[in-house]
Amino acid sequence: MTTTPLPDTAVVLGADVDDWRAAVRESGRALTRAKVTRPEYTERMIGVIEEFGAYVVIAPGLALAHARPGPDVLGEGLSVVTLATPVEFGHPHNDPVRVVIGLAVSNPEEHVASVARLANVFNDLGVIDRLAGAADAAEVRALLGVEALDEGDAGEGAGE
Amino acid sequence: MKIIAVCGEGIGTSAILKVNAERALDRLGLTASVDASDLASVAEAAADAQVVLTSTELADAVRATLGRSFAEIIEIVNYFDVEEIGSKLERSLA
Repeated sequence: MTTTPLPDTAVVLGADVDDWRAAVRESGRALTRAKVTRPEYTERMIGVIEEFGAYVVIAPGLALAHARPGPDVLGEGLSVVTLATPVEFGHPHNDPVRVVIGLAVSNPEEHVASVARLANVFNDLGVIDRLAGAADAAEVRALLGVEALDEGDAGEGAGE
Repeated sequence: MKIIAVCGEGIGTSAILKVNAERALDRLGLTASVDASDLASVAEAAADAQVVLTSTELADAVRATLGRSFAEIIEIVNYFDVEEIGSKLERSLA
């Protein structure tokens, strides 16, 4: 089983955002830079939270931003954004959020393996703290147990 | 025994909840099938389920969707905390 890659372009450390929408947009832009999604996917991730509320804040300090598979998803991928100043998503217990993980999957079946892997990593409840304080993308990858790239280089630009 | 893990979209967070609920059941020595579902199809998915696991944020919406149902709705705060999931499942299934 190959792991979901996490290139440097998909990692933003110490992002300065004013609210949860800006935090989710950072995670979406990172997915787009890594050529995992088109920009429309970012707005769909925001739409999920507008529709269903802050349930994506699945652990103290951690939001898993995501939306359904769609034509704006070019492949399976992750992004990691840490926030300079934590923001409120509106969750009754798990606010404020310090780390936003963006997740895109192209079909519901293929993501189970990568999600199970993520669940493994975060079963160590100290990982969110360590992610929030990570100094560079390599440290984030080490914490998540993922590689930078699986094939080719993302290069410059977004989309196709 | 059947358990349903619910999130808004039926991917991502409900899959994490499913994985960790299976871990919790394993630790408790209990056997149950755990399926992930989205909010739109939870009524059908939970028709023959004993327990529905979801976020506090979604619990009201799940209750509204399920209406009269035999399934107990359990709210999980930390989806990665296998101990929390396990102790809540244990209380419900005991």
